Amino acid sequence: MNARDALRSDPGEIARFDNVGLRYGPDCEVLSDISFTLYKGSFYFLTGASGAGKSSLLRLLYLAQRPSRGVIRLFGTDAITLPRARLPGFRRRLGVVFQDFRLVAHLSAFDNVALPLRVAGVPEREVARPVADMLEWVGLADRMGARPATLSGGEQQRVAIARAVVGRPDLLVADEPTGNVDPDMALKLLRLFESMNRLGTTIVVATHDIHMLQRVPESLIMRLDKGRLSDPTGALRYPPRRHEAGL
Amino acid sequence: MASRFDDRPSRLSPAAMRDEAPAAGDGRHRRVRLRLFRQAMEEAKLLPLSGLSGPMPLVVAVMVALTVIATAGGLALRNVASAASAQLHGGLTVQIVEAAPAARDEQAEGSVAVLRALPGITAVRRVPRAELDALIEPWLGSGPDDAAGVPVPDLIDARLVGPVTPARLADIGSELHRVAPAARIDAQAGWLRPVFDAIATLQWLAAALVLLLAAVLAATVLLGARIALGSHRGTIEIVHMLGGTDPQVARIVQRAIGIDAAVGGAVGMGLASLVIVGLGSRFAGLDAGLVSGGALHFGDWLVLLLVPFAGVALAMLTARVSVLSSLRAML
Ligand SMILES: Nc1ncnc2c1ncn2[C@@H]1O[C@H](COP(=O)(O)OP(=O)(O)O)[C@@H](O)[C@H]1O
Ligand SMILES: [Mg+2]
Repeated sequence: MNARDALRSDPGEIARFDNVGLRYGPDCEVLSDISFTLYKGSFYFLTGASGAGKSSLLRLLYLAQRPSRGVIRLFGTDAITLPRARLPGFRRRLGVVFQDFRLVAHLSAFDNVALPLRVAGVPEREVARPVADMLEWVGLADRMGARPATLSGGEQQRVAIARAVVGRPDLLVADEPTGNVDPDMALKLLRLFESMNRLGTTIVVATHDIHMLQRVPESLIMRLDKGRLSDPTGALRYPPRRHEAGL
Repeated sequence: MASRFDDRPSRLSPAAMRDEAPAAGDGRHRRVRLRLFRQAMEEAKLLPLSGLSGPMPLVVAVMVALTVIATAGGLALRNVASAASAQLHGGLTVQIVEAAPAARDEQAEGSVAVLRALPGITAVRRVPRAELDALIEPWLGSGPDDAAGVPVPDLIDARLVGPVTPARLADIGSELHRVAPAARIDAQAGWLRPVFDAIATLQWLAAALVLLLAAVLAATVLLGARIALGSHRGTIEIVHMLGGTDPQVARIVQRAIGIDAAVGGAVGMGLASLVIVGLGSRFAGLDAGLVSGGALHFGDWLVLLLVPFAGVALAMLTARVSVLSSLRAML
């Protein structure tokens, strides 16, 4: 495979990192030589110890951060040289569950979940139902009017998840999305991700919880260890079966 | 649970992604306007309208009030000056200072005739005795002429075309002295010169004050907008990460800060109007010729109204520029 091929986009790929490195300030790299391809319709777990760089890698993936070096392709396009005006369109195809939730403090749970739809200009009459459905799904039907400050950590996390998935993103990126909920709710949220995955959404979930991995048998695992990626299931080297079948 | 997904409305349409997509067809303009309105309504939901908790409205109110009052003062002074000078410019007073009533009357008649004959003089009026009596009554009491032995000079008002220069004054004086040796001639503007000078100085002072206050108002608005921006930073970042475009995010913040400034501006303008109208009615009560010329005209009020509007516009512009530049620093 020559250098040209390495940069060409594969029709089944949704995201691709090539020799990506990231450093915050002058210190040593937080992420080094990260290369992988995410395939459409797959379910990935990103694991690694706390501080391994999971959140940093996801920030690169959801376009919150520029890498120090390397190439990042998203939806078949070079995301680093993308004109600024096209970034919002890309972000609207992403659903992100931030590790720190990032809910808007002065908006109700309902309005927080409605935010991506409203930002995308979805007519108001088409906002209410999906938002209500999503909130019901995460078990917050009776807390729709509550401000984030009046919700528990787990409830806030579920609002954040509802917000990330309400727009039916092509790629869902979730950073420790079950860190603050009890095991039952964690399982329920995983089922939510799985059903989204079955409808075609590519899922990337960062977690340090090994038990989570076993809950989704079809998942592929990426392991980060001190800023370097290992590939225990070979998923990153060989395109997954389902993707091949889908083509 | 999958069925729950299946019966949900379809995913975001590509048209919804392109929020600037133009609407084509006949009712295009109406639809564009409707869409802008709808967009504004929806964007209004992203940030609270009640941004009135910060210091912005209060500070803007105070600064707008001060600036408007100072501007009104400057405009009133200008009106006083222009009203007075319109009255006095080209005005001439001739006094016949003669103790003997008969000679005085004769000289006055002669002076009127001479003045009427002179070129460049538009109006000549001999001030009637009754008016003179009324004028001096407060000082000398009423009664027949010269009853108290005080000779009251006759007065003649004349208006000239163009300014009254010392040379013209001297020419007219020499003409008059042929028929009226007792004539004493004064340019009306002349004895009011010190008053005019004072008014001119005050006008400069008012202008300087207005400029200073406007600068402070601008600085206040700039600072207020920055502070408000800081309190919205988290929301700005979130909307940005959820795919908000730069202009979209800027509009949201601009609107919130504009509302703050508008409330402050309206309150400030209201307070200033009360003060101005109150002071105006006090001065009108004085009924002194010069001061009543200082009343504000319709155009002056329009100028005053510009102050709060300029404040709001500046606040929104600052917010926009700051938001856009801080967004450009983000990926
Ligand atoms: N904004 C930042 N500035 C400087 N260092 C950072 C920043 N974010 C993360 N780091 C560092 O990068 C490393 C990886 O962090 P992170 O990606 O959050 O790991 P994880 O999510 O796996 O716990 C940590 O050592 C952390 O201190
Ligand atoms: Mg993390």
